[in-house]
Amino acid sequence: MAIDNVIPASCSARIRWWAAPSPILLWFLALGAAWLLLYVFYAETITILINWLPLLGRGLLMNVLISVLAMAIGTVLGLVVGALELSPLGWVQSPARGYVQIFRNAPLLVLIFFTTYVFPFEVKIAGQYLPFPDWFKATIGLALPASAHIAEIFRGAVQSIPTPQWEASSSLAFTRSQTLRWIILPQCVKRALPPWMNLYAMITMSTTLASLVGVTELLEAAKNASNTVNRTDFTILVYLSVLSLFFVYCYPITRLTRRLEKRFAYH
Amino acid sequence: MPTTETLSLNHDADVLVALKNVHLSFGDNKVLKGVDLRVRRGDAVSIIGPSGSGKSTLLRCINGLLRPERGEIRVGETAVHRLQSESELIALRKRIGFVFQQYNLFPHLSVLENILIAPTRILGKDRGETEREARELLARVCLEHKADAYPGQLSGGQQQRVAIARALAMHPELVLFDEVTSALDPETVGEVLAVIRELVKDGLTCILVTHEMRFAEEVSHEIVFTEGGEIVEQGIPAQIFHNPVNARTRSFINALAG
Repeated sequence: MAIDNVIPASCSARIRWWAAPSPILLWFLALGAAWLLLYVFYAETITILINWLPLLGRGLLMNVLISVLAMAIGTVLGLVVGALELSPLGWVQSPARGYVQIFRNAPLLVLIFFTTYVFPFEVKIAGQYLPFPDWFKATIGLALPASAHIAEIFRGAVQSIPTPQWEASSSLAFTRSQTLRWIILPQCVKRALPPWMNLYAMITMSTTLASLVGVTELLEAAKNASNTVNRTDFTILVYLSVLSLFFVYCYPITRLTRRLEKRFAYH
Repeated sequence: MPTTETLSLNHDADVLVALKNVHLSFGDNKVLKGVDLRVRRGDAVSIIGPSGSGKSTLLRCINGLLRPERGEIRVGETAVHRLQSESELIALRKRIGFVFQQYNLFPHLSVLENILIAPTRILGKDRGETEREARELLARVCLEHKADAYPGQLSGGQQQRVAIARALAMHPELVLFDEVTSALDPETVGEVLAVIRELVKDGLTCILVTHEMRFAEEVSHEIVFTEGGEIVEQGIPAQIFHNPVNARTRSFINALAG
């Protein structure tokens, strides 16, 4: 991260003459040009690919759904666990620490397999059977490690606020909880946002792991298309389109993260 | 203006802060070894002495940020050493302003919000009224044009003047200044001292830990010289600076003069 901040400053003058439009725009233009070039040589294959696009699009929506939901659940859970980690009471702190260590040190795919095969396919709530689909199990499998990472991000942000801020608040007759709410947490948002977005991009890319437990997301849809069409040039193009779609979704997140990091670097 | 120690001891009704035999140590390090101090209402008392002599620790005991292991601390009617609950400490701190060496403004709030947050949210005062007062305070420290700036955009001297305004907005009966010019550039020290000089003139009770000897001599009613966690000598400025009785005081003052 420190390196990211250094490079643009040192070569900004050199870059400026051609990088006046945003890098996102340039990348997207380049991507579009590359696909146009492919069309020139593989017009027929690409026509087949276009027929498969709605299916691929639905697959991508599943990735987006899983990533958004996993991050939402992970954030709520992570804030609770992070708050427990900050408790001065040992019997509150230790289980929270344990939770974080377990889920931060587990491979994502193992967790997804675990949640898929441990949870039942339906749950009985108040006499009603509610389906518990595989895609939601995979979401939980990603939400658990996400929550552990977010707990650490949150704990780190709170502890990075200098203690004199607590002292100054105390001297102005703030209670501990008022200090946390009005002084510490608002400053934490700025510090926690860039790592949170990094995690979001990482979790989004990890949603492809859900294909291994039979969730029809983008990668699974591409595999189905490739098997059905059964042509080498189509297989190459369909996986290229998967890469392109993920790039289009994740690269803006990465850019935004870097911009936020630079903006908050001075606080 | 100057009073002697014996005089102040005889006027109990006037005494706002009283410390009796205060002891405090951090681990094996004994920081305060039986400090006795009395500060009368309306007086400015400067605490001087070498680094590590427990000056800042002493201030933090007075507003309850630190708890002495032994001894008594009274601020007005309040026995600070007996306070247990958070709410009792809060009640005490509403009456005592504290200005830090490193300013400690809230970086995510504008200058105006830094001043307003405690009176409006802690004391529950009306915002309109408080804001008018905050702007008056800013004018008093010559920063009315910086109300909407953020602390990161201000110089050290400006930040420290905001910190003083923030403390004053609570209408404290006592303000503790902890080496408030030590982190400043020499050219901005003067603007901060000018503000404090005015406060003392207005009769605000102040306890200052400072290394600005000339300033201490000029504004203080009483000087306290500490060394090694003890009060070595105290008295009117003329005595401490020009005719110290104690040999340790004399060598400290002479070293500064030389």
